[in-house]
Amino acid sequence: MAHAGYAIELKGISKAFGPVQANKDIHIAVPKGTIHGIIGENGAGKSTLMSILYGFYRADSGEIFINGKLTTIPDSQSAIRAGIGMVFQHFKLVQNFTVLENVVLGAEEGALLAGSLSKARKVLSDLSREYELDVDPDAVIEDLSVGHQQRVEILKALYRQADILILDEPTGVLTPAEADHLFRILKGLRDQGKTVVLITHKLREIMETTDNVSVMRRGTMVGTVKTSETSPEELAELMVGRKVLLEVEKTPAMAGKTVLKVEDLRVRDEHGVERLKGVSFEIRAGEILGIAGVAGNGQSELLEALGGIARATGRVELNGVELPLSGKGADGQSRRAAGIAHVPEDRQALGLIMDFTAWENVAFGYHNAPEYQKNGLFMDNDALRADTERKMERFDVRPPIPTLAAKSFSGGNQQKIVVAREIERNPDLLLVGQPTRGVDIGAIEFIHKQIVALRDQGKAILLVSVELDEIRSLSDRIAVMFDGRIMGFRDPETTDERELGLLMAGMTGKGEAA
Amino acid sequence: MERLPKWADVVLVPLISLLLAAVIAAVVIVAIGQDPWEAITVMVQGSVMNSYGWGYTLYYATSFMFTGLAVTVAFHASLFNIGGEGQAQLGGLGVALCCLMIPWPHWSLALIGATVAAAAFGAAWAAVPAYLQARRGSHIVITTIMFNYIAAAFLIFMLVDVLRPDGQMDPATANFPETVALPTLNEIPVVNLLFTSKVPANITLFIALGMAVVVWALLWRTRLGYAIRAFGKSEAAAKYAGISPFGIIMVAMLISGGLAGMMAINNVMGEAGRLLQNSASGAGFIGIAVALMGRNHPVGVVLAALLFGFLFQGGAELGLWTKIPIEMRIVVQGLVILFTGALDMMVRMLLTWVFNLLRGGRAARGAV
Repeated sequence: MAHAGYAIELKGISKAFGPVQANKDIHIAVPKGTIHGIIGENGAGKSTLMSILYGFYRADSGEIFINGKLTTIPDSQSAIRAGIGMVFQHFKLVQNFTVLENVVLGAEEGALLAGSLSKARKVLSDLSREYELDVDPDAVIEDLSVGHQQRVEILKALYRQADILILDEPTGVLTPAEADHLFRILKGLRDQGKTVVLITHKLREIMETTDNVSVMRRGTMVGTVKTSETSPEELAELMVGRKVLLEVEKTPAMAGKTVLKVEDLRVRDEHGVERLKGVSFEIRAGEILGIAGVAGNGQSELLEALGGIARATGRVELNGVELPLSGKGADGQSRRAAGIAHVPEDRQALGLIMDFTAWENVAFGYHNAPEYQKNGLFMDNDALRADTERKMERFDVRPPIPTLAAKSFSGGNQQKIVVAREIERNPDLLLVGQPTRGVDIGAIEFIHKQIVALRDQGKAILLVSVELDEIRSLSDRIAVMFDGRIMGFRDPETTDERELGLLMAGMTGKGEAA
Repeated sequence: MERLPKWADVVLVPLISLLLAAVIAAVVIVAIGQDPWEAITVMVQGSVMNSYGWGYTLYYATSFMFTGLAVTVAFHASLFNIGGEGQAQLGGLGVALCCLMIPWPHWSLALIGATVAAAAFGAAWAAVPAYLQARRGSHIVITTIMFNYIAAAFLIFMLVDVLRPDGQMDPATANFPETVALPTLNEIPVVNLLFTSKVPANITLFIALGMAVVVWALLWRTRLGYAIRAFGKSEAAAKYAGISPFGIIMVAMLISGGLAGMMAINNVMGEAGRLLQNSASGAGFIGIAVALMGRNHPVGVVLAALLFGFLFQGGAELGLWTKIPIEMRIVVQGLVILFTGALDMMVRMLLTWVFNLLRGGRAARGAV
């Protein structure tokens, strides 16, 4: 018997995609007026479950109760009618529409737009006041920050009178301050009696925000606990099925000679806007330099300039040899030949060809390597497949099938393929961008170990990450970037999150704006 | 949405598309008061039921293989080469100049020379749009279409004012010397056991089949092919890997244009024996449909080229032996292109739905 005190109750939900059982007999009950976290590794079935709830998929079996009432949800319109709103990881906004137009889109009333718009304007201003959801209704979406765009998504759901709000990995693109603001909004919504389901893989968010948390692993629900009665360690163990090291184990750096020397590096984007405004630093052998900063402050351009993707000016020396920054010799092939390996920030857009097989991706960037050639004319696909099998075994890529397309692997395993490819080249300098973005906890631990191991072999590593915890635990030195400049260098042992946070926001130690 | 098994995607989808095209074509034939069964009988009789019909079907198919492969190579670099028609006409010019200006002692040498000339002229014609795309970002679809018109006008100029022998009325070159005439299938030992009467299909067929193998090896067995395919999937990723976009666009289009140009050895050198106006007669455009239907794979291209060869020859037979006007073949071709190209997704979605239904039924029974 369903309980009327539950906003959502799922009973025995199962869903299979071909041979893959994405959800297996899932039971979950979300009490009204609470924030309920759902965590699990990538591929644990969180998104499938929510897609069933939002009418994108139909469950093979099982029952859905909304506010105690048995409900079928064949499409998203029915989900909206049942009072469910969803905020996706990738926003579904029309970029060149205003906030108001986006909110009304699909919920227009009458033939003329004006009526709907003026009604929406009033509702919006009420909602803004009530929940700290202040957004200028006449602003065009593409001019808004990511955090504000997310608020528009929430407004869209509330405008459709959602009582239950589902957010899928909402903080992936937010600054720490924006994330805090989001959580204040969510708590406000809860206090007004709304129910919030928060899907995330970040344990800290779960601990800080939720009332209850359900843990999923490999398509099953392993347990639901009160957040106040659990710990991050316990949750991590539930998620992965074994004890997990949340801290990186590493010895102090034994830094040697300077490997990379960067002086006054500048990059302009295609519109001629300077994105990297004169950056200088050095990395020594056996050292990890971590670049902290909110996404979009020049870190990507730094990696691209060093990786031979973007044109730059300034001076870059690798082992005392100057590298060309534009024209001939400023390309990915030359950089690899010089001894720079690059794990790019966006593995799906840059690091892999998603339609290619794993073994084709192992050759990516190294398709000219002599060991992958035969008879002078052809690529040695057999050698490549054998090499891929070896790499997959060493880096524990699952499933270890070289002929599988890259897109068929989970995020963590895709990243392992990229990391294996780049690290196994034994580079002098490794560029790593967001090594663990969208990667499950088990794989994070593994990838971190690999990076530290490479450092311990006396290689130089440039680590760019928006995850402050990752930067702090891996780096031997931290540089903070803001608006295309390095705001300062810090020692991870002596600095704290507050100090780094201020630098990330463009404040120097004394508190004045830079 | 779950995906189709590969065999269904490769075999079933085109077959159903074809069937749908045939059904609609039958409706059209009924609508103009003719008998669709008679039509299909005449088409099959005239194109694949005897060696004479095959001789024509294979002749057309040969041309379509070249242009289909041309579209395929460019497509793998994510370039839509619509300019096969113009490139094939320029290839014809290359063949004509080569055959008329050099006194070849034997057709085999002439064939090598003409092949190189055809490929070079076709590639040169593709080079300009390629350069404009690679350096200036001018869209290759627009520029290659425009180059088709320029090619047509240029060919008319060449045929009327430059290459036409004095006293000849039609805009065409002089006949090529007898020594460069390519052996037709009925003149080739062993093959002539099958083809007893004079047919237009000639030795170029084997070059086309050879090129299908070469294209396959190029795309899936060489570094260049790897780079082309990687670039075609993602330009950003290709830059990360150090693959030069400029280089790939140029090389892929040169190969594509070269293949389209090579078509001319079939029709200009192998069949007509001189260069006529509008020599490519639409084969460049049919190559697009052939590549689409052949899933941009050389094996598929060869099969699709045979199908279009059949439609071409069968359509001509319709005009000869029935009251159905010859334009009917354009209708049928259009329908095939519509269903296999444009409405491909529709068929695939329907089929996916059917498969999921079957699979769901099986899973439900398995669960009991």
